[in-house]
Amino acid sequence: MLEKRVIVCLDVKDGRTTKGIRFKDNVDVGDPVAMAQAYYEQGVDELVFYDITASAERRAIRIDTVRRVAENIFIPFSVGGGISTVEEMREVLLAGAEKVSVNSAAVRKPDIIAGGAALYGSQCIVLGMDVARDSAKPSGYEVVIDGGRTRTGLDCLDWARKAESLGAGEIVLNSIDADGTRDGYELTVTRLVSRAVGIPVVASGGAGKPEHLVSVFKDAGADAALIASMVHYGEWTVGGIKDHLIRSGIHVRTA
Amino acid sequence: MSPESAGYRDAGITAVLDYGAGNLTSVENALRHLGARFRTTNDPALLADAEGVIFPGVGEAAASMAVLEKTGLGEGLRSFLATGRKVLGICIGCQVIFDRSEERDTTCLGLVPGAVRRFTRGAGLKVPHMGWNAMHFTRAHPVFVGIPQDTRFYFVHSYYPDPVDPEMIAAVTEYGITFPSCIARGNLVAFQCHVEKSGPFGLKLLSNFLAWDGTWAEAPARAAAHA
Repeated sequence: MLEKRVIVCLDVKDGRTTKGIRFKDNVDVGDPVAMAQAYYEQGVDELVFYDITASAERRAIRIDTVRRVAENIFIPFSVGGGISTVEEMREVLLAGAEKVSVNSAAVRKPDIIAGGAALYGSQCIVLGMDVARDSAKPSGYEVVIDGGRTRTGLDCLDWARKAESLGAGEIVLNSIDADGTRDGYELTVTRLVSRAVGIPVVASGGAGKPEHLVSVFKDAGADAALIASMVHYGEWTVGGIKDHLIRSGIHVRTA
Repeated sequence: MSPESAGYRDAGITAVLDYGAGNLTSVENALRHLGARFRTTNDPALLADAEGVIFPGVGEAAASMAVLEKTGLGEGLRSFLATGRKVLGICIGCQVIFDRSEERDTTCLGLVPGAVRRFTRGAGLKVPHMGWNAMHFTRAHPVFVGIPQDTRFYFVHSYYPDPVDPEMIAAVTEYGITFPSCIARGNLVAFQCHVEKSGPFGLKLLSNFLAWDGTWAEAPARAAAHA
């Protein structure tokens, strides 16, 4: 049977990871490749690199990072952050990423999903979707973009279904309200989106302890769970989280 | 795992077929990591001196078939197989070897009798089948050596191979149904999963392929044990 996935997200700026990381031993804590390698050895199922580089050289820096990760890490990884053309998608995929994720650009120009899926296949087009609570929306959640600064007026379920019909192969669903709280994933919206689409849904935002992953898998039907600070600050290892999941009856891959 | 001990360092060159189906970077990186001699090519003439062929791919059956026909790589692969040299198919390379695919009702290479079918959505079953799942070996095979039964491999696909002859199924995987995840016949072995993205055991499997002599004693089906 298909295992639930534990995915680690790394924020990268100018080719360096941006969060303070407390790895032991010889890991260069700012080097995304070294960190990816450490998580690979801990048995992570997949990695997400979110590039927040703002400089003019961003594309060249991003490609260099992707290439170096792909040379060393033999599990799937995706790359997102400001990707707005199919040409940028192509660069990232050719450099060795499995998937590319689009977020704000897809809301502004939904055709990028269809264009990417037609050229490279749905399996490598991920929709990153940030949502905020809004009781005026039918589902209770509105899609927001630009890191949560811009509201779109879109109901999250309408957008999820539309992205699926355009050819997205997976949705990474990030709750702006839960993000950074470490109080747990936003279960309601995860459940709603997971039931609304027939493609895998990755829950994101709010993970602080392994119980949060147990809930989002058991109670909200997520196919995968994104974690960041839980492991970046050395509090947990991927292996430790997976041991907890297994004891709670969740099927995950053991390394 | 020790690639140095795998016995292929002095072996011949492996040809990686480039037929425009997705990118080959992952396969190339894995081969480089293992220290294999390989060449990526879309020229069937360059298969002549190869010891083995890797037929990878991410993508779509009809587009893949179009390029295989246009480049002559499809015929090249057929001739290569007939010489008895080893071939490894991965994902789309495990699908277009069959007679036909339900993906846009595509006529395929017909190297293996059977069809490629789509997963049926429903009952909570999401398509594509994406993530890590167990490969349950139903036959013993040299490329499985050192890989425990039910090891998890990485899958991303909406279609699965369905050979006419069940004896060609060397491993199966559960996803709503039990589907064949490894097809083996003589010098051909093909996996629906992405062995090049399946962590250390995926690398071990690739390493086994590189060291394989291309022969397979087609013993009667039995539960394989490789702990």
